[in-house]
Amino acid sequence: MKIWSSLVAVLALVLIAWLGTGVAGLYTVFGVGIPYLAFLIFALGFIYRILKWGRSPVPFCIPTTCGQQKSLPWIKQNKIENPSGTAGVVGRMILEILFFRSLFRNLKTEKRGDKLGFGSAKWLWLGGLAFHWSMLIILLRHLRFFLDPVPSLLQGLDGLDSFLQIGLPILYITDIIIVAALLYLLARRLFVAQVRYISLASDYFPLFLLLGIATSGIIMRYFLRVDVVSVKELALGLVTLRPTVPADIGSIFFIHIFLVSSLFAYFPWSKLMHAGGIFLSPTRNMANNSRRVRHINPWNYPVDVHSYAEYEAEFKEKMKKAGVPVETE
Amino acid sequence: MAKLPKQEDLLQISYKPPKTPWMDLPVDFKPGTYCHGAKGKDLQAVGFPNARDWSPGEEDWKLPEEWKDTVLEGMADRLGKYRSFQLFMDVCVRCGACADKCHFYMGSGDPKNMPVLRAELLRSVYRRYFTKSGRLFGRLAGARDLTVDVLKEWWYYFYQCTECRRCSVFCPYGIDQAEITIMGRELLNLLGLNTEWISGPVANCYMKGNHVGLEPHTMVSNIEYLVEDIETLTGINITPSFNRKGAEILFVVPSGDYYADPGMYTCMGYMMLFEELGLDYTWSTYAGEGGNFGFFTSNEMAKRLNAKIYAEAKRLGVKWILGGECGHMWRVLNQYMDTWNGPADFLEEPVSPITGTKFTNATSTKMVHIAEFTADLIKHNKIKLDPSRNDNLRVTFHDSCNPSRGMGILEEPRYIIKNVCNNFFEMPEDTIREKTLCCGSGAGLNPGENMEVRLRGGFPRANAVKYVQEKHGVNMLANICAVDRVALPTLMDYWVPGVGVCGVHELVGNALVMKGEKKRETDMRGEPLPERGAEA
Repeated sequence: MKIWSSLVAVLALVLIAWLGTGVAGLYTVFGVGIPYLAFLIFALGFIYRILKWGRSPVPFCIPTTCGQQKSLPWIKQNKIENPSGTAGVVGRMILEILFFRSLFRNLKTEKRGDKLGFGSAKWLWLGGLAFHWSMLIILLRHLRFFLDPVPSLLQGLDGLDSFLQIGLPILYITDIIIVAALLYLLARRLFVAQVRYISLASDYFPLFLLLGIATSGIIMRYFLRVDVVSVKELALGLVTLRPTVPADIGSIFFIHIFLVSSLFAYFPWSKLMHAGGIFLSPTRNMANNSRRVRHINPWNYPVDVHSYAEYEAEFKEKMKKAGVPVETE
Repeated sequence: MAKLPKQEDLLQISYKPPKTPWMDLPVDFKPGTYCHGAKGKDLQAVGFPNARDWSPGEEDWKLPEEWKDTVLEGMADRLGKYRSFQLFMDVCVRCGACADKCHFYMGSGDPKNMPVLRAELLRSVYRRYFTKSGRLFGRLAGARDLTVDVLKEWWYYFYQCTECRRCSVFCPYGIDQAEITIMGRELLNLLGLNTEWISGPVANCYMKGNHVGLEPHTMVSNIEYLVEDIETLTGINITPSFNRKGAEILFVVPSGDYYADPGMYTCMGYMMLFEELGLDYTWSTYAGEGGNFGFFTSNEMAKRLNAKIYAEAKRLGVKWILGGECGHMWRVLNQYMDTWNGPADFLEEPVSPITGTKFTNATSTKMVHIAEFTADLIKHNKIKLDPSRNDNLRVTFHDSCNPSRGMGILEEPRYIIKNVCNNFFEMPEDTIREKTLCCGSGAGLNPGENMEVRLRGGFPRANAVKYVQEKHGVNMLANICAVDRVALPTLMDYWVPGVGVCGVHELVGNALVMKGEKKRETDMRGEPLPERGAEA
C-alpha cells in the first residue's frame, strides 16, 4: 500500500504533465506558472520551517560527545568529535554535512550462534553520499541553463563530470551514479526487512519522485533529445522574470520540470527538510563546554525545592544525636 | 525477584520483523518485562499529578478524565520549549542506521526497540495532531490517534529505553532517542504514569537527601561502618566530617556507594585517598546524592533534586565541589546543573590543593569529576601506588553511557586504571568509548521485576565482556557508574560468570600505599592479596 500509493502518485504526476502539455497544450501553465509557484512554495516553506525550528529554544547544552573531552592539559582532546569551542563545532558540522561522519560509523550487528558480532556496514554511507553529491553536482550543472554566459567554473564542473567522453551527447558520470544510488536506496528499503518495516509512504514517494526526475532528465538528454537552445531560452526567461515559452520543446521536458516542481513544492513539508534540520541539530552543533561556560535556558523558572531549613526541622534530633552540626538549637 | 529465565530461551532472538505492521501490534505486558507502577504516596511527596496506586498489568490505569488533552497540551508546550524535540519529530528519514544500535533491540529483537520505531511511537501522534499531512492522510502519512493503548505502549517502551544515547552517535542528524524518551516520560508523568523504582527514589531524595532514603544518622553510621573496615584493612583511622562549614570541598557521590556491594568499596577508595592526601572535604547529609532519578521523570523534577548541591555548597561555604563515580549524575552535572541552578558565583574556580592544577574545564560549574582529580594526582606523582596489589585482577573497563556520550571522560579513568593495575585489557573497539554498550539497567530500569528486559538489554555488553574473558582471562569489569555497580554483577553472574564488578576507586584504594599503614593482608573485599612475584 505504502509502496504502491507512492509509485502511483509519481506516475500520476507524469500523466498530469503529459496530458497538460502534450494533449491540452498548457505550456505556459507547466513551463512558467507551476515552476514559479513551486519555487515560491519551496523558498517560503523552507524559511518557514527553519524559523519554526528556530523559534523553539535550546534550553540545555546537549551535544552527543563522541571522543575525549577537554579536561587536563596532558590528555589529548578529540577536538572534532568532542568540540569545546566554535572551531571544533564548525569542523564537526563540516564533516557531518559534507561527509556524513556519523553514518560512516555505521555497524552491522549480527547474531553469530550465541554471540553478537559487529561488522562494518559502509554501504548506506556510500549510497547516501553518492546520491547527495551527485544531486549537488547535477543541480550546479543545471545552473548553465539559467546563466548567460556560463561561468567558467561551471564549465569546468561540466567537463569534470563528463571526462569519460563516452557517447554523444557526452555521458555525465553523475547521471549514472544518481540513478544507481537511488535504486540502491530503494532496494534497501524494499529488501532489508527492518528498513521495510519502518518505512512510510513518505519514504518511498521522494525516492520514486527523484527517480522520475533523473529518468526523465536522462531520456530527454540521451534519447528523446529536446532542443537545448529552447530550454535555455525558457530557463533564462524564468530567472530574468521575462518568461517565454518556446513552442518546440517536447513533452518529456515538461514532465521533467513538472516532477521537479513537485519536488520543490513537496520539499518543505517533508522529511527532505533534514537538509535544513541538520544545521540546527543540538547534539551536533553545540560545544561540550557547559562546565566552563554557563549555558542559558531562556525559560528557566524557579521550582519548589525541599530547603535545608525544612530538612533540618524534620531531622534535627537525629542529626544532633549522630554528631552532625545543625544551624538552630 | 522473579525466577531468572533460561539463557537458551533469551537467546532465541530473531531480528526478522513480524508480518503485522507495528501500529497493529498490541503491547504484551508480560511479567519480567516491565516495572511496577508508581506508588501514590511517592508521587504525592513531590506534588505530582494523579497520585494513586496503580498497576501497569491491569486494564484500568486510573487515568484522569481529560488525560488526552493533558498529553496533547503537554506536547505542544514542549515542542515550543525544546528545539531538540521539535526537530527530532520532523527530520528523521528512517534510514535505519540506528535500528540495530540499541542494546534492547539487540537483546530482544522487538522491533519497537529499534530507536527509530521507539521514536515513531511518539512521532505518529505528533503527525496526527500537529502536522497537516498527518491530519489529512492519517495512517498513510504515518499518523495515528492517541488512544489509551498508545499511551500504554509509550509507557512500556519509554521505560524500556535507558537514555544511553548510543543511537544518537550513529544518526546522521544526531537524533537522540534519549531526548525523545525524556519528552515521552515527561508527558507520561503529567498523568502520574511513572514507575515505583523511579518515583520512590525521587521522593526519598527530595525529602531525605538521597535515593535510598537514608536519614542523616543512618548515612553517618553507614560511612562509619566503612571507616571501621578501612581501619581493619590498613590500621588507619579516618574521621570523616558531615555538613561541616568551612571545608574546602563538598564531596558528592551517588548514594549507592554508601552501602551497596560493591559500590561501598569504591567509597572506601575515595575515603582512603582523601585521608592520604589530607584533603579538607566534607560530606553532606542534605545533599547526599549525586545521582538524579528526577532526570528520569521530568526536567523540572531533576532540577528540584539537583538544586540541593549548590544550595548546600553555599550554606557550608565550601570553595568547590568534587563528584564521585556515577554515570547519569555526570550527564546532569556536565550538561544541566549550571543551566538549572547556576550561576555558582559563590564558589571559587576549582584548584587541586595537592597539585595546584586549575581545572579550567570546570570554571563555571565549579564541580570536578573524581577521575579528573585522581588522574591529575597520579600524573604529578602525588600518591604512592603499588599496582601489584591488584595483580589478582585482569581488568577491563566499561565506559558508562552518560560519561562517554554526554561528557567524554574516556582517558582519565583509563589512565588511573593503568597506574593502579598491571593487567588491563580493552574490549573490542565497537563496544567501548562513544560506542559503548549500556548495562541495560540505566535511566531507572534497575529494579528486580523487569529482570528479563535487563538481562536482554545487558546481553550485548556481557557478550563483549565474555570476549575478553575468553581471550585475556579478564575477571574484573571496572566502571565509573553506580548503576553499573549495582546492575552489572547480576548481569555478569548470569551471562559471564567469574567476572566481578568494581569502581575505579576501589582499584585505587587497593593500590594506594598509605603513610603509616600496616601490612595489608587482603584487598578491600577481604580476598587475600596476590603473592609477590607469583603468577596472577
